[in-house]
Amino acid sequence: MSYTLQFGQVTGYLPYLAGGAWISLQIAFLAFCGGMVIGLFGAMAKTFGNRPLNRVVSGYVTFFMNTPQLVQIYFIYFALPDAGILLTSYEAVLIGMTLNAGAYLTEIQRAGFESVHRNEMEAAETLGMSLMQRVRYVVLPHIARVLFPPLSNQYILMTLGTSMAAIFGVEELTGRAFNVNAETFRSIEVFSLTAGLYIIVTLIATLILGLFGRYMFRAKMRLY
Amino acid sequence: MPQLEILDLKAAYNRQPVLENITLSVEKGEIVSLIGPSGSGKSTLLRVLIGLLPPIAGQVHLDGERIDYGDKRTLRALRDRLAIVFQQYNLFQNMTALQNVTIAPTKVKKRPAREVEEEAKTLLSKVGLADKFDAYPDELSGGQQQRVAIARALALKPEILLLDEVTSALDPELVNEVLDAIRLLAAEGMTMFIVSHEMGFVRELSSKVAFMADGHIVEFGPPARIFDRPEMARTRDFVSKILRH
Amino acid sequence: MLARIVAEAPEFFSYYNVVFLLEAMLATFALSAIGCVFGFAAGFFLAVSRRTTSHFLLPLRTLTAAFIEMFRRIPFLVTLMMVFFVFQGLGLDISMFSVALISVCLIATAFIAEIIRAGLESVHRTQWDTAAAMNMSLIQTLRYVIMPQAWKIILPPVFSFFILFIKDTALASQIGVVELTYAGKVLNNKGFSAALVFGAILILYFIISYPLARFGARLEQKLAAARNS
Repeated sequence: MSYTLQFGQVTGYLPYLAGGAWISLQIAFLAFCGGMVIGLFGAMAKTFGNRPLNRVVSGYVTFFMNTPQLVQIYFIYFALPDAGILLTSYEAVLIGMTLNAGAYLTEIQRAGFESVHRNEMEAAETLGMSLMQRVRYVVLPHIARVLFPPLSNQYILMTLGTSMAAIFGVEELTGRAFNVNAETFRSIEVFSLTAGLYIIVTLIATLILGLFGRYMFRAKMRLY
Repeated sequence: MPQLEILDLKAAYNRQPVLENITLSVEKGEIVSLIGPSGSGKSTLLRVLIGLLPPIAGQVHLDGERIDYGDKRTLRALRDRLAIVFQQYNLFQNMTALQNVTIAPTKVKKRPAREVEEEAKTLLSKVGLADKFDAYPDELSGGQQQRVAIARALALKPEILLLDEVTSALDPELVNEVLDAIRLLAAEGMTMFIVSHEMGFVRELSSKVAFMADGHIVEFGPPARIFDRPEMARTRDFVSKILRH
Repeated sequence: MLARIVAEAPEFFSYYNVVFLLEAMLATFALSAIGCVFGFAAGFFLAVSRRTTSHFLLPLRTLTAAFIEMFRRIPFLVTLMMVFFVFQGLGLDISMFSVALISVCLIATAFIAEIIRAGLESVHRTQWDTAAAMNMSLIQTLRYVIMPQAWKIILPPVFSFFILFIKDTALASQIGVVELTYAGKVLNNKGFSAALVFGAILILYFIISYPLARFGARLEQKLAAARNS
């Protein structure tokens, strides 16, 4: 063993790294919100849209789900300038993650729409509910309960996915870990501390989302 | 010497006591029935006896030898001599009727496959399933599945058979076919513990009856006494409610 | 942009570049495939170890649970860095491909262990009880009773994970593993336009991933329709 662990040099950077974790959560949140909007339209187009529209959305989803997010961002960041579209690295990462999330969230939301059963709607109709009432009291609560767990899961996965922003120089948690590593050369300590922060952040996110889902939507969710 | 003797047994589920002060004994060839309202601990007692729920106090003696439920070796030896049939049949869904019966004798007891298969076919025929050897559980009715489960238990050649509400999940017209299979065993002198709500059947077959409530044995004795001259008010209450039906 | 792509294309698809890209594709596929095969074996062991009951094995169960919980919550890029620096710190000289492969194995083990755990739990508890009452050992119970029922629950998500990791291994390019994304960076540095290079790389990933995804979807449908036997 030629390496002795010295966490002392690194712990001083903990607030700096924690700040990076906060930025990671923000990037994930922005991309998730953007992806939700795309996904909502995508899922509606796939469920109710006509054939050409359906084709376009399917093509988008299939392409983004079958290629790596990293290369998608490479393309946006390095190739689009050729077409006259200049983006900062932060913008490129955010756009790439949003488009990628949009594809996955289209699929998740479409599955949620499809889980609304016709007979549930018919039962609501026989109770004399209007269309608005049916949507409000039957469809939306049902969709929320079905969709919330996979959406939470996707959010957690996206939080981990933000680490690739570091490759483009964005100073989120992993980016800051690279910085600290370059200053201290205590690589194992820096990256195990970083890993620990990701574990803590996602554990907290899982707990909060789980509690929220359980009490707001009576969704079946694990809390850890 | 009693074949099975239970002394002051106590068991708990998630720290909630579910059985307390259970004391009873069975002679070889006797049939003991456990009756009582649901939630009284009858099924739990069977689960404790076969080692699915370890007791927290008390003793169980089999042929005078004390069973240590914490010890894997003794537990294996015990399960070698006891077999259980569950309320929900619990057949292995991935196996045919015949495979369900032969799996434990061949794989656990390492007996020769051909011999076991012959025996299994005889057992299945005995419970009236000679034409269902290759049927999967989802192709059988509840009564048929339960009879496969009984054959499966018998293939282990148990000295004591535990029957846990074996007719409760069955449609009424299927109950008799299962009860007939049990009557056959009784005639052969098998020691049995029966949890049942079929009072006529319990009365006809049992050597002794234990009335249980709230995890306790309220009264224990021959069926004639429990049903006709119960000593305890709770027993009287339960029996009169049941018999009025 | 298009004009430049057309102009560069003949030179880009030279014999050497095509061979280079095909080898890189193979590395991408191998990383995920080997990682998932190892992950399945190790994940199975971990999932089963969580079902043991003896007090003696409590430390094993705790460690297993911690491993599974942790490695599902660390980004692949960070795991790569940790594995890389740990080997460097130990003074062991291993190839970058090995570093990436070990990282994939670690993460695949954690994710697949969780998939298998859920699969084992999908088989009703009474099936476990019945097998126990019949004196079957844990191994016998798994082999004869549980796995024949659980594998069709387990296989589709494991396959999805395998396809997911074909794309996630793109991050291994960061430590210099010559896989598909790294090949793209090399060709981009040689002067080919980013649109041509990364466009081609995206299509090559699609060529690996899409047929597998279609196969996975068909597999899932077939298994869902299949009877229990």
